[in-house]
Amino acid sequence: MEFHTTSSPHTRRVNRVDKVMLQVVLALLPGIVAMAFYFGWGVLINIALAVISATAFEALIIRLRKRPVTPVLLDLSAVVTALLFAIAIPPLLPWWLVVLGMAFAIIMVKQMYGGLGYNPFNPAMAAYVLLLISYPVEMTSWLPPFMLAEQPLNPAQILAYKFAGILPEGVMLDAITMATPLDQMRTNLDLNRMISEIRQHPLWGDFGGLGWEWVGNWFLMGGIWMVYKRTITWQIPLAFLGGLVGMATIFWLFDAESFPFPLFHLFSGGAILGAFFIATDPVTACTTRAGQLIYGASIGVLVYIIRTWGGYPDAVAFAVLLMNMAAPTIDYYTRPRTYGHGGGAV
Amino acid sequence: MADTSYRELITDGLWHNNQALVALLGLCPLLAVSNTAINGLGLGLATTAVLVASNTTVSLIRNYVRPEVRLPVFVLVIASFVTAIEMGMNAYFHELHKILGIFIPLIVTNCIIIGRAEAFASKTGLSRSLVDGLSVGIGFTLVLLTLGGMRELVGQGTLFDQAHLMFGEAARGLTLRIEAFPGMLIAILPPGAFIGLGLLIMVKNLIDKRLAARAAERIDYPEGAEGAANP
Repeated sequence: MEFHTTSSPHTRRVNRVDKVMLQVVLALLPGIVAMAFYFGWGVLINIALAVISATAFEALIIRLRKRPVTPVLLDLSAVVTALLFAIAIPPLLPWWLVVLGMAFAIIMVKQMYGGLGYNPFNPAMAAYVLLLISYPVEMTSWLPPFMLAEQPLNPAQILAYKFAGILPEGVMLDAITMATPLDQMRTNLDLNRMISEIRQHPLWGDFGGLGWEWVGNWFLMGGIWMVYKRTITWQIPLAFLGGLVGMATIFWLFDAESFPFPLFHLFSGGAILGAFFIATDPVTACTTRAGQLIYGASIGVLVYIIRTWGGYPDAVAFAVLLMNMAAPTIDYYTRPRTYGHGGGAV
Repeated sequence: MADTSYRELITDGLWHNNQALVALLGLCPLLAVSNTAINGLGLGLATTAVLVASNTTVSLIRNYVRPEVRLPVFVLVIASFVTAIEMGMNAYFHELHKILGIFIPLIVTNCIIIGRAEAFASKTGLSRSLVDGLSVGIGFTLVLLTLGGMRELVGQGTLFDQAHLMFGEAARGLTLRIEAFPGMLIAILPPGAFIGLGLLIMVKNLIDKRLAARAAERIDYPEGAEGAANP
C-alpha cells in the first residue's frame, strides 16, 4: 500500500490558456450564428479568412522568432483574435483588407511586443482601428439585415465581390449596402432631425437596429455564460454597460429628442460584444477587481462620448484602446492591501 | 575630441550615432514632415544647412563665449541662420516653404542642432565641426527621405510626388505612381510616422547585429590560427 501525498492545493481549477480561449470561442458561437442569420454568408467567409490568415501569420512570425510553433498555435489566442476581428468588420469587406488586418494584429500588435501576455493593446481592436482609419468607406458599408435587403446576394456572388470586386449585372454597391443603425442615427441627428422622426425608418427594431438587437442578445447570452463559468469576471462588463447606460440615461432625461434612449446604446454597434468579449481580454485589461470597475466604467463613458460627439459612429474599439493605455496605471493605484500591512495602496 | 578621425566623424554621423535612429533626437519635425519624400528631403536639407552653419560658427567663437552664457549665444546663432534659410526658401522654393510651414522656423528648437553645438562644436576645431555638421545633417536627411518615401509609397502609392516643388518643372517626370494601389491612409497620418520610424530602427539594429556577428566570426578564426586557438 502506497500513499501518494503531495502538498496543497489538492483541488485546483484547470485554467489553461487554451481552455479559456476555447470557452470564449464557444461563447461567441450563438452571436456568430445570429449574425450569419441576419447578415448572410459574408460573416462566415470573413471568419474563415480571418482565422486562416491569423493562424498562418502566427506560425510565420513564431518561426521567425525561433520559438516552438505548435504550442503557440494550439493556445487558440490567434483564433479568438481572428473571430473578434471578423465579427467587427462589414460582411462585404474585400478579402485583402481582412488579411491585412490580421497581419497587423498578429505581427505588429501581438508578436512584436512579445506575443500573448505581453501585448499592451487588444490586437483585434488595433487592427479594426487601423482599417477604419485607412479605409473608412469600405469599413462603414454594412449590409442591411436580410428582412430589408432588396437584392440579397448568394454566396457565390459574395465571394466574387470579396475576392474580385465583381458585382452581379445591374447591382450597384450603394443599393446593397447600408449604414449601420448607429451611423444612421448619428447622420440624422447631425441634420437636426428629431429621434421620433428618425425612428420612422424601417431600419429600426424595438431597441436598436432591426436584427442588430438580436445579435446583441445572443452575444449577451454567451457573455453571461462566460461570467457563470468564471472565464471572465463580472466587474468589467457590468461597469462597461453601467457607464454607457448611465451616461445615456442622464442625457436622455435631459432631452429625449436629441439623445437616443439608453437601451438603444446598449443594443447597437459593438456595446454588448465589447463589454463581454473585447474589454475583458485578460492581457490588456486591468487585473485588480477595483481597477476592473474603473476600467470598464471608463470604457462605457468613453463609448458614449465618442458615439455622441466624436468623429466616428461607433466607438468600442477606440475606447478599449484608450483604456488599454491606462490599464497599467489603474492597476498600480488599485493594488489590494496586503493583510496586516499599512492602509496605503501604494 | 580633437583626435577623432574624419572617417569616424562621417560614419558616426551617418550611421553609428545617427541622430534620428540612435539618439532619437529631432523627432518632432522628423515625424511631422516625413509624409512625402520631397517634404522630408526639403526639411532635411534645410536642417543640414543650418547645422553646418551653426557648427562652424559655434566652433569659431568657442574660445570667446563665456560658459555662463553659451546656451543663449548658441540659440541666437542658430536662430539667425534659421531665419536666413527660411527667407531663402520662401524666395526660391515658395511652394515647398508653404507646405513645410511652421516646421522651418521650428528648426531652431531641433535638439540635434543645439546638441551638436553644445556637445561637439563648442569643444572642437573648425574643420572637424564642419565635417561633423555635414555628416550629422546628411544622416538626418537620409532618414527623413527614407521615412518620407516609405510613408508616401504605402500611404498614397507614389514616390517623389510633387518633385517639381524642389527640382523645378523638369522634375515632374520623377514622380512614380502605382496606379492599382489605393494607398493605406494610416501611413500618411501621424501613427504611420511612429510605426515607420520603429521599423527603420528595427532594420538598423538588425543590420548592426548581423555586422557584429560577422565581425565576431572573423575574430574567432584568424587566418592560420585555427589549430592553435582551439586545442
